[in-house]
Amino acid sequence: MSGESLSLAMPTASPHAHAGGSVTRVMARVMLALLPATLYGFWLYGWPAFHLFMFTIMFALFGEAFALRLMRRPAMPVLLDGSALLTGWLLALSLPPWAPWWIGAVGGLFATLVAKQLFGGLGQNLFNPAMVARVALLISFPVPMTLWIAPLPLGSVGAPGFVAGLQITLAAANTVPQLDAVASASLLGFAKTELSRGIDLLHAAANAPVLSWVGARAGSLGETAALLIAGGGVALILMGIISWHIPVAMLAGIALPAFIGHAVDPARYLDVATHLLSGAAMLCAFFIATDYVTSPNTRLGQLVFGMGCGLLTWLIRTYGGYPEGVAFAVLLMNALTPAIDRLVKPRIYGRDRKGKPLEPPEAAT
Amino acid sequence: MGLIEKVFSLLGPAIHTDWGVHPADRKRPAADSPVRGLPLPERLHVPLQQHIGAAARPIMLVGQTVLKGQLIAEAQGATSAAVHAPTSGIVTAIGDISAPHPSGLSFSAVTIESDGADRWADTGASVDPFSLPPQEIARRVAAAGVVGLGGATFPSALKLGLGLRAKIHTLILNGGECEPYLSCDDRLMRDCATEIVDGIRIMLHATGATRALVGIEDNKPEAIASMTAAAHDFPDIKVRSVPARYPMGSEKHLFSELTGQEVPADGRTTDLGALVHNVGTAWAVHEALRQGRPLVERLVTLNGGALERPGNIRVPIGTLVEDVLAFAGLRSEPARLVMGGPMMGNRLPHARVPVVKGTSGILALTAAEAASLEPGPCIRCSTCVRACPVGLLPLEMSARIGVDDLNGAVALGLKDCIACGCCSYVCPSRIPLVHYFNHAKGELAAQGRAQLRNEAAKRLAAARIERLAREAQEKTAAAARRKAERAAQKAAEKAAAEAAQQAAQPAAEETTT
Repeated sequence: MSGESLSLAMPTASPHAHAGGSVTRVMARVMLALLPATLYGFWLYGWPAFHLFMFTIMFALFGEAFALRLMRRPAMPVLLDGSALLTGWLLALSLPPWAPWWIGAVGGLFATLVAKQLFGGLGQNLFNPAMVARVALLISFPVPMTLWIAPLPLGSVGAPGFVAGLQITLAAANTVPQLDAVASASLLGFAKTELSRGIDLLHAAANAPVLSWVGARAGSLGETAALLIAGGGVALILMGIISWHIPVAMLAGIALPAFIGHAVDPARYLDVATHLLSGAAMLCAFFIATDYVTSPNTRLGQLVFGMGCGLLTWLIRTYGGYPEGVAFAVLLMNALTPAIDRLVKPRIYGRDRKGKPLEPPEAAT
Repeated sequence: MGLIEKVFSLLGPAIHTDWGVHPADRKRPAADSPVRGLPLPERLHVPLQQHIGAAARPIMLVGQTVLKGQLIAEAQGATSAAVHAPTSGIVTAIGDISAPHPSGLSFSAVTIESDGADRWADTGASVDPFSLPPQEIARRVAAAGVVGLGGATFPSALKLGLGLRAKIHTLILNGGECEPYLSCDDRLMRDCATEIVDGIRIMLHATGATRALVGIEDNKPEAIASMTAAAHDFPDIKVRSVPARYPMGSEKHLFSELTGQEVPADGRTTDLGALVHNVGTAWAVHEALRQGRPLVERLVTLNGGALERPGNIRVPIGTLVEDVLAFAGLRSEPARLVMGGPMMGNRLPHARVPVVKGTSGILALTAAEAASLEPGPCIRCSTCVRACPVGLLPLEMSARIGVDDLNGAVALGLKDCIACGCCSYVCPSRIPLVHYFNHAKGELAAQGRAQLRNEAAKRLAAARIERLAREAQEKTAAAARRKAERAAQKAAEKAAAEAAQQAAQPAAEETTT
């Protein structure tokens, strides 16, 4: 055998084996878990939802590539890791399905260009890019961001075809009348409005949009199919991509105060099922709060983080100015993540929690 | 902060119990094929440095004939080990050869040309080791050049002596062999259980320990069965099955698994009355005491996808890796040669390096087996945090080291890192985390040495300044003294002259009057 060819190889340190995972594989599995809910959403809201989804993802990818180009770094390997695609995907799932194309475009660009690459790219961003973009859109364009539509499944009467759908997405101005025809309030939005009008929830219940377990109601793609989202999330837990700590803590963080509140005063506080199945609670609990980059890195820290996300969500929904608070809650907890990581560290072998060496046991057996 | 810590401490003292990783062990079929002996190579290159500590000093001259087992280099200094001839023949050179280290740097070795007879030197009459005092056992183990065969190659006699001083009550035998691919300890326990148990009994006698615990991973049921049978008649030797998990063979982790105790940081198992030895070392102790045979050969696992006939082979120390590979047959050109296991072993620069006492395995890995590292950015997935058997935050430490903040990494526990490689093994971004940590430790050691040097230089400089000042002071003092002396002398002379003058004056007056 020739020693030369080996000695010319790059020096390599141990270990000489690898478990086989890769960033691309992680991202691909997350997207796979999102696929059922996404396809269901396309069916439920028709072609405009699909077009908006494509626009959002394309601009998210473009923002990433553009930033890398500015830094004179090769864009292709970074795009192939799938993180920008996933960011665009998650953002698209949180938008009103018939929103105009520029909502997706601005959001996609903002997510990857500002919220991710300006911070240093993958792994460096403090806040979840999809949620930063969503909040930026919500604050900048409150009208299109809160214009929900009732489901109009593909193939049903009045559902726009591929081209008509594209027209809806592209030419927002002409479609407002059309949108008005199908516009509808989301459940959380309805509850907030009624309460602010002084009508309590018990009296409003008769007119309220039906809370549908199969998701046939107004909302974003990631909202209506709450059970499919949860199913995808459970699949991710089973695949070992995420752990149960953040989702369970976050859902518990919403459910506990909701349960207590509803038990005390059902006229003022929504019930647990409405809280858990509405808005982006499921999507956030399984897919957004669990974002590796912006969540704590110990199990205990993740429980604290998830619980915080849940509690803040309930607080904002119940007492805040917006009907939905998941995005704000996640961003606030993202800001706390470095602090949680500082406080919650694993105990080192042979040391106590403060890092002092353990006392040797006296008179060992 | 205090309150938060109190809440956390209520959550239990244990670190995460799911430490470590479960790599595919790939031990079979190599572990199941019977041990083969390597045909005697024509030439052996026996390194003088096969252990932790100072290199041995050669006592042979080129051209001398040696017998198998004859001392060719003696231990030098407190921490060192003797080296013996692995076969009979002629010493043809004492020179340099590439070390089995990625650097490919060379070290000294005695080259012996085999005479083909493989004749043993007179190994002396066998004595009953239990009639010998413990110190004598340690001395004979040292004379046989026995070092820790688990890979650390610490001179075993020193450890036995330490046992006597540190009041050891438990001897722990490491049969974990948690590294994937390796099966030499497994094979040894299956085939030589009686000899190992005898070695354990001798070590118990040498250390004064009252019990021995043999920890074997549960992926080696044959070894557990054979060791349990061999230890059956000795109630002070217990064979325990431990879960197969990397790095179970880490001294502190095996100790904790077997005793339920935790070794305090900066401490050793000996602080808790336990001494850990490898099972292979017990075999070597048996050979040294019962047969009078020094450590001149060892069992080496040959494994990896590039090999035709993987298995365990008895190899004389000093055999070139290329001879061993030729014996096992290469199926394809290996993408990487590794000495030791895949998790902590060293990549070999080429195959012309000798087998040493610490060589547990030689792996010829195909490109598909050898992990290729094209590191990407850390995505903070914290898989490394859960894999770390020590409870460190590898991702945070590597971020600190990346910006040269070594003290920050130390504050996060860099010095507690055991370099097992779990973090690198699981990292989806393929960041060579453990490589960073080893680099940082080396850097810190170098900084420490540089600081010592600086301090020594400073002390010398300060001493010089002080000496110069003292000399100058002495000089001026001496000058002042001389001046004073001169002045005094002058004054005395003057006084004498005046006195003489005065004495002369009255006389003159008398004469004038």
